[in-house]
Order: sequence, then C-alpha cells, then structure tokens
Amino acid sequence: MIEIKDLHKSYKMGSNSLHVLKGINFSVEEGELVAIMGSSGSGKSTLLNILGMLDVLDEGSYTLDGVPIKDLNETKAAQYRNKFLGFVFQSFNLINYKSAMENVALPLYYQKVGRKERQEKALKYLEQVGLREWADHLPSELSGGQKQRVAIARAMAAEPKVLLADEPTGALDSTTSYEVMDLIQKINDAGNTILIVTHEPDIADMCKRIVHLKDGVIVEDKKITQVRASQYV
Amino acid sequence: MFSRDNWKEIFETIHKNKLRTFLSGFTVALGILIFVVLFGMGNGLVNTFNEFFGDDATNVLYVFPGRTTIPYKGYKSNRSIEFDNSDLADINKNFSMFVEYSTPRISRGGLVKYKNESNNYTTRAVGPAHQYAEKTIMMKGRYINEEDIKNKTKYVVIGRLVENDLFGNKNSLGEYIDVAGSAFMVIGVFQDDGGDNEERLIYMPYTTRQLIEKNNDKVDQIIVAFKPEIGYAGAMALDLSLNRFFKEKKYISPDDQNGVFIRNVADQLKQNQQFARVLQIIVAFVAFGTIIAGIIGISNIMVFVVKERTKELGIRKALGATPKSVIGSILLESVFITTISGFFGMLLGVFILNSLGEKLKDYFITNPYIDITMAISATLVLILFGAIAGYIPAKRAADIKPIEALRDE
Repeated sequence: MIEIKDLHKSYKMGSNSLHVLKGINFSVEEGELVAIMGSSGSGKSTLLNILGMLDVLDEGSYTLDGVPIKDLNETKAAQYRNKFLGFVFQSFNLINYKSAMENVALPLYYQKVGRKERQEKALKYLEQVGLREWADHLPSELSGGQKQRVAIARAMAAEPKVLLADEPTGALDSTTSYEVMDLIQKINDAGNTILIVTHEPDIADMCKRIVHLKDGVIVEDKKITQVRASQYV
Repeated sequence: MFSRDNWKEIFETIHKNKLRTFLSGFTVALGILIFVVLFGMGNGLVNTFNEFFGDDATNVLYVFPGRTTIPYKGYKSNRSIEFDNSDLADINKNFSMFVEYSTPRISRGGLVKYKNESNNYTTRAVGPAHQYAEKTIMMKGRYINEEDIKNKTKYVVIGRLVENDLFGNKNSLGEYIDVAGSAFMVIGVFQDDGGDNEERLIYMPYTTRQLIEKNNDKVDQIIVAFKPEIGYAGAMALDLSLNRFFKEKKYISPDDQNGVFIRNVADQLKQNQQFARVLQIIVAFVAFGTIIAGIIGISNIMVFVVKERTKELGIRKALGATPKSVIGSILLESVFITTISGFFGMLLGVFILNSLGEKLKDYFITNPYIDITMAISATLVLILFGAIAGYIPAKRAADIKPIEALRDE
C-alpha cells in the first residue's frame, strides 16, 4: 500500500539547513495499523506530512497504492489527497461555522458527489462514530472526544485507502483517548489501513506494529500483539 | 465553477460569516453611495452655473455706434455715428462665411395701454433672428417673421409679465394694444429665463418702428451671431474685421476707440467655460478619490478575509480542495457581495439625488444628477478591483502548503 525508499527531508532555517529525515525505508501493507513513535523532533510528524502529501520530499521515492508520488503540483496533490487519504489531526481542524454533518460531507463535496448523496453518506458515517443525533450541532457545541469522532467520520467519508492520524489523542483525556482508539481499531478491523503518529506508549500498544524514529532514522520496527481499547471503555 | 452546489456552498459561507459579509458589503456600498452623491452634487453645481450664465446665446457680438473723438478725412471730431439698414445688408454680404444670423435692435420706452390698464414698457424693434440671440421661448402664438419685416405689420410679441399686467387671466392673442399712440395686434407671448425684466419686454418688427418714426432707416445697434464652429479665435478675428469694416465705411480714424463699439460675448464665454471646466475637474478629482478609497477599503478587507480563512483553507485543501476551487470560491463570494452591495449603494445614491431636486438650490446645487452609465461603470470598476484585490491574497493562500496553513492559528 505504502512504499518509501531512502527518504530525505530537510528544512531551511535562514542560512542553516535542518536535516529532519535521513534516509527512511518503510513500507505498509493493506489493513495494517501502524504507530509511528518518537520524541519530539524525531521527524515523525514530518514523515506523516510527506505521506499525506501535505509536504514534499527532497530525495527518495514514495509510492502509494502503486502510484508514484512525485513532482505533484498543488491541483494534482489535492486530487490525490481527496482520493487516497483521510486525515485526523490533533487539533481536530473542523470548520467552525459548519455543522458536524456539513463537516463530514466536505470531502465528498470536493469529490463532486451530489448534495443528497453527500448528506446521506455523512449521516451514515456519523452513525458509525455514534454521533447521529449531533449532526446539526456546530463544533463549538461538541466535546473534544466528539469533535475527534466527527473528524474521524470526515476522514472516513471519502473512503480513503489510508487513514493518517497525527496525535489523534493528543488533546484528549485518557478515557476519551481510549474511546477514540476503540473507534480507530474498529475501522481497522473493517480492513482499512491506518497510520498513527503518537508519543504515548499506551496508544502505540493498541496498534499492530510500532515504528520508532530517532533523529530522522528508524531505529526499531516491530510487530506487536494488539491491546484492545474496548476493555478500558 | 458556477454549479448550483458551488452557489449553495457560497451562500452558506456568506450566511454564516455575517460580520465579514457586512464589512465588505458596507465598504463597497458606502464607496459607491458617496461617489454617486458627490458626483451628482458636482453636476448640480454645474447646473446652477449654467442657469446663471446660460440665458442668452453665447456666440453673439453686439455692435453699437458711438461718437468720434479724432478728426478724420475732413470730418470733425465729436460726430455721432449712426447705423442704418445698409449696414445690416453689408454685414450679411461681406461676412456670410462667419455669420450665422444678424438682427438690428431699436429700443424705445413708452406707455402701453389695453382698455383700462396701462404701464410703461421697453419696446424692442427687431428682426426674426433676435429670438435666437435672446433665447426667447414662445409660450403661445408666434414670433416676428420675415413677412412681418417685409410688410411692416403692426404686430407685437409681448412678455409673459406684460400679458399678466395688462390682460390678467385673459388671453391676449389677437387683441389690440396701444403702444405710444398706435394700435398693435398681439401675435405671441414669450417667456425668458433671464428674469422678470426680460419678461416685461415687447417686440415688434424693426421696419414697423422705422415706418412710425418718419419712415427712416436708422438702427440702434446690430446683433451679429457667429457660427459656433469658428471658435474663440474666429470670433476674435470677426470682432476685429467688423471693427475695421465699420471704421472704413463710417469714415472713422483707425485710431479712434469711440467711433464704434463691439461687445464680444465670446470673451465672456471663454471665461465661463473655463470656470465650468475647473468645476468639472474638481468634481472628477473628488469622485476619483472616492473610488480609490473604496478600492483600498475593499482590498484591505479582502486581505483580512483571506488571512482569517487561512486555516480553513488549509483544512479544505487537506480534504481535497484544489487551488482553483479555493481561489474560485473566495472570488465568487467577494464578487457576489460587492455586486449586490455595490448596486444597492448606487441605487440608494441615485434615489437620494432624485429626492434632493431643488432643495439645495440655496447652496448653489440645482437638480443634482448622475449619468446612469457613469454610475454603473463606477460600480463595475469597484467590483472589478474588489475581485483583483481578492485574487492576489486568494492566490497566495491557495499556494501555501496545507501543512503551513494548518499550523496557522
């Protein structure tokens, strides 16, 4: 599903250049649930942003679902993001003047899905995250956990190949975190490929594979036995 | 880009961001409103100006005989110069290239009677062309024509106030009035924008006047209208050659300044036109400034709007919005708001101007108005610049990598 070879990325800070990713080789199969771990500054968010086509790589190659991702202009990148990827952010990133349902329907709008079908699909995904009755509420009327579940519904609505989550539980308390992880595990059980960036070991333990990053290189890549989040909920 | 779905999305955005909508709409509406009202007021000023100075024809020379001060060709000084009908004919013959029309004028005062009413009025004996020189407007009946001149008819054309004084509410047409002892039939009643005095005049054929005065052929003064296309320079040249012509014909020394006088309205006309032009320039300058201020205002708001939406645009891009759709939705939204509010401001301005009418006449503003094409073009210019001003920040926002836009707090 995802194949990365010899990936390099550096940022220019004035006259200095900061080498963040120093040769990453990494691949993900379909249906995997991968946690990317590392201390801050290890390059884990950068890696996720490159995977998500939110940022571009300097060197190396990246193939997503058999499609080489390189030399994308913004229009092409936007279309690929829309078709292949779903995003979940630490700070939810819901559009604050749109209701939960409208937020979930937004990626479908950019897929040029008709209005009626958009609403039906949005309601279906809100149902899956257990927020059917909150469809008409604005993000400001929802709790943090609810917001993140709306964001997950939105990421799922476009039916992406890969779901990318950047610290999805970073702004939540542990109970809510486990609820969100439970939801993510269920989505994964349905066969979806998911990558999670986190620095919390208990969250990482709920995935099926942990990749450790340190100073821009992978220091450890191991498959683990998944801890089910449902037992804590 | 113009599907129903896009519009729906835009309407929702507009509806849910009322402050933003209000700010940009208000700026544009106010800009256009002020522009329309100012421009209209300027036109009102010009109107007042034209009313003051536009009463008489402006392409006219008045030629008066005078009294010589220098002996010349055997004639002593202090000789009275007189004009007669041959001078009229000479002008028409020698200056036909430049002259549009000419008419004599013989002014006399006298008691005018109708039944029991009587009053003193000035009577002017003139030719038919005098109507154009004075811009006399006929209310009823007709003016003096060539037939009257030829037949020396005893007809008069009286001013509106003369009819008022002598006839009250009765119709004067066809009635006979007594002018200094002879009976004249009223064939027309006129009005004149020049004021009450002009409307207390009585016109008669100049040949009739000459007949009454012992059948002479004397003329008080000659009014010569030049063709407007000869312009200011042509008028000044005509002035000079008329002067030379009369001095030669009447044996006046070329150095004598008092033998014949020519009053040239072209000189005044030029000054008046310059004044009107300066007024128009001031008005145009102020209006231009208002439009510039409006453009700056809407540009500022567009920059603010895009800045405020940077994060939202980042989210939209992460969800698959292409740069084109980002720019398109921002532009469509801004053009929609500016169009609606621009035309609202324009209509309000036009309405205010129309309702003012004559109310500001004390402040020298008469019937302020704006050419509707001008108002619409100004509105379109503001909309266009609003779009351009929106496009630049929208393009920049669309070019920001989504990851940077998302980091924006």
